[in-house]
Amino acid sequence: MATEQMDGGRALIRALEEEGVEVMFGLPGGAILPVYDPIIDSSIRHVLVRHEQGAGHMAEGYAQATGRPGVAMVTSGPAATNIVTPLCDAYLDSIPMVVITGQVPYPAIGTDAFQECDTTGITQSITKHNFLVTEAQDIPRTIKEAFHIATTGRPGPVLVDVPKDIVDPGNPRSAMTWTDDVQIDLPGYHPLVEVDPEGIRAAADLLRGAERPVLYVGGGVLKARAVQALRELAELTGIGVVTTLMARGAFPDSHELCLGMPGMHGNFTAVTAMQESDLLVALGARFDDRVTGKLDGFAPEAKVIHVDIDPAELGKVRRPDVAIRGDVRVAIEALVAELSANGTGDVDRGAWRSRISGWQERFPLAYEPWAPGEALKPQHVIECLRDATPDDTIVSSGVGQHQMWASQYWKFDHPYTWINSGGLGTMGFSIPAAIGAKVAHPDRMVWAVDGDGCFQMTGQELVTATVENIPIKVALLNNSYLGMVRQWQEMFYDERYSEVFLSKDVPDYRMWAESMGCEAMRVDDPDEVEGAIAKANEVDDRPVVIDFRVAAEEKVYPMVPSGASNSDLVVPPFQQDQPR
Amino acid sequence: MNVPAPEYRYHTLVVKVENRSGVLARVASLFARRAFNIESLAVAPTDDERFSRITVVVDLESAPLDQVIKQLDKLVNVVEIRELHPGHAVERELMLVTVTAEPDRRDEIVEHLDRAGGKVLSVGTDHMMLSLVGPPGRVDDFEDLMRPFGIVELQRTGRVALASLDDVAD
Repeated sequence: MATEQMDGGRALIRALEEEGVEVMFGLPGGAILPVYDPIIDSSIRHVLVRHEQGAGHMAEGYAQATGRPGVAMVTSGPAATNIVTPLCDAYLDSIPMVVITGQVPYPAIGTDAFQECDTTGITQSITKHNFLVTEAQDIPRTIKEAFHIATTGRPGPVLVDVPKDIVDPGNPRSAMTWTDDVQIDLPGYHPLVEVDPEGIRAAADLLRGAERPVLYVGGGVLKARAVQALRELAELTGIGVVTTLMARGAFPDSHELCLGMPGMHGNFTAVTAMQESDLLVALGARFDDRVTGKLDGFAPEAKVIHVDIDPAELGKVRRPDVAIRGDVRVAIEALVAELSANGTGDVDRGAWRSRISGWQERFPLAYEPWAPGEALKPQHVIECLRDATPDDTIVSSGVGQHQMWASQYWKFDHPYTWINSGGLGTMGFSIPAAIGAKVAHPDRMVWAVDGDGCFQMTGQELVTATVENIPIKVALLNNSYLGMVRQWQEMFYDERYSEVFLSKDVPDYRMWAESMGCEAMRVDDPDEVEGAIAKANEVDDRPVVIDFRVAAEEKVYPMVPSGASNSDLVVPPFQQDQPR
Repeated sequence: MNVPAPEYRYHTLVVKVENRSGVLARVASLFARRAFNIESLAVAPTDDERFSRITVVVDLESAPLDQVIKQLDKLVNVVEIRELHPGHAVERELMLVTVTAEPDRRDEIVEHLDRAGGKVLSVGTDHMMLSLVGPPGRVDDFEDLMRPFGIVELQRTGRVALASLDDVAD
């Protein structure tokens, strides 16, 4: 067995290399300094961010685009607190991520030392697990455990807090012996993959008898790499599919069985098909309140088959008739095998299909077309962008109206092309997440669709993009407002606009973007949209920002008002006379 | 896992955890974060030094037992959860109490104590210190009996529990 004497800092970087880490996002500081020295000699690429929140979101974007764990490393105290938001974001969206934070020397813990904070205490409830390493010898095992926990079962963020004394070569406490046979020791962690065949048979029986079934597909299908299996299940049974905000791309939007996105801003057909369904097959989805609307009015006649790798999701919100714990790909494949072997049933779903196609005809996603004299329509910008970019373009978004329009008007035909903050709803997510995705896929086109409110939260990471040569593109839907809040104030607060107007003139996004080394354009006129996008698509040597000055009064439709039942979905004014 | 009969509001879970620093904080933080209420909580090492045992009594009015168990089980340091059905568990709690006890009332106090199965730990001029180990209900009753005498100081441990022998066999 090969052994080698080394210090804890070197061992930490080597442990990351052994995990196959190719890139990490971070920013050094006092407590983590000793770990930054061996980075110089490491094969791992380090991307130097401008704010630690950016490092976390970049790691998330990288993970979303690849399925591999994203890695971020920052120092103690304020750096650790700055990365709390991405940790919580990754926790709610089940994104595999390993965050390493520096900590004051172990003997100083608890003394309120400079840049000390209780990082593991603060992050306990927003990580899948966290560690405070106290001995240099424990570093390799802890890193191995962190990656194991982050990537298996229901994925999630894991934080490793590392006191300075155990990584500092100048401190005798950093001495350790590297060995190649490190074993993880997690007696309480046994993620279950296999599914109960009894559950599969019960689910198949329900499916065979259902007249109005819907496959309700959540982000777990992407996490489990179950896209192909899902397609087989849908095509075998002929059952329509809705993909949640976290699952866009898990089933092709262009497929005839695709019903669209459910939820508060879902399309009419997806929302209504679930409402009227007699069987919801929830696959890696968690009955989020943004999907269900008012819970006791949600899909009142539907039985529920719920498949999830996290047993705590089964019955958390809606009591399932059949609960299947395990990997959703394993479950779908087993279901396909069972239905192939013993038949898919002979229920006539013709009437259901024709109701669905009626909704699709009467209530397509649509907006009032632009008329001369009006400001640019944000939906039109998304459509132009969609039509002018390659099929496998990766789109990331921030949070708000622009996020909903991007999700609605883009056509997602490939998995892992849509990256957004679903559960936590973190403004400022898109630019750093796009950078992470572009680092993962330098040959693919990556567009961040952003809002002006979001842009002002994390826009400085475009400096990182320029300096590190990560040429992402940003479509800024700039309406001078915190648009989604404005929409709620218009609809539910009698048009009393409280603290939602940002500014028409400042910042000058074009100048700001140029100062950060980006190619920058500004578009006011619908006729200029396509040209600007074409020009942006030509730029390959630096980031591009297009400031699209869009209409402030535009609203996201359809919409389920907060607290209302999904049956009370509000459609755009010009569809309101259509029979439901 | 069995779902308890609905008439039981409180339910005891015996949680085997890794004996590491911060594990109790994780359990407590989970209960706070998920808005689960704890009626009592006791923690102590087990016969295996790698593990500790947390005996926690949860208030099922705050959350369904199923959710409490599943969320606890997600904690990486939680190794095993045993659900003790109130009808199938041996539960004990220790109480130490100092009561006002003028000489002419001591016999009365000792009579109550003997009936409950407790012990006199020390006797002072006007006070007695008593201990009682028993099922939580009996400890409650004894506390009520002592109240009229005047409780000077009282400390209870919270309950610990094991499955009754009938349930161990499986």
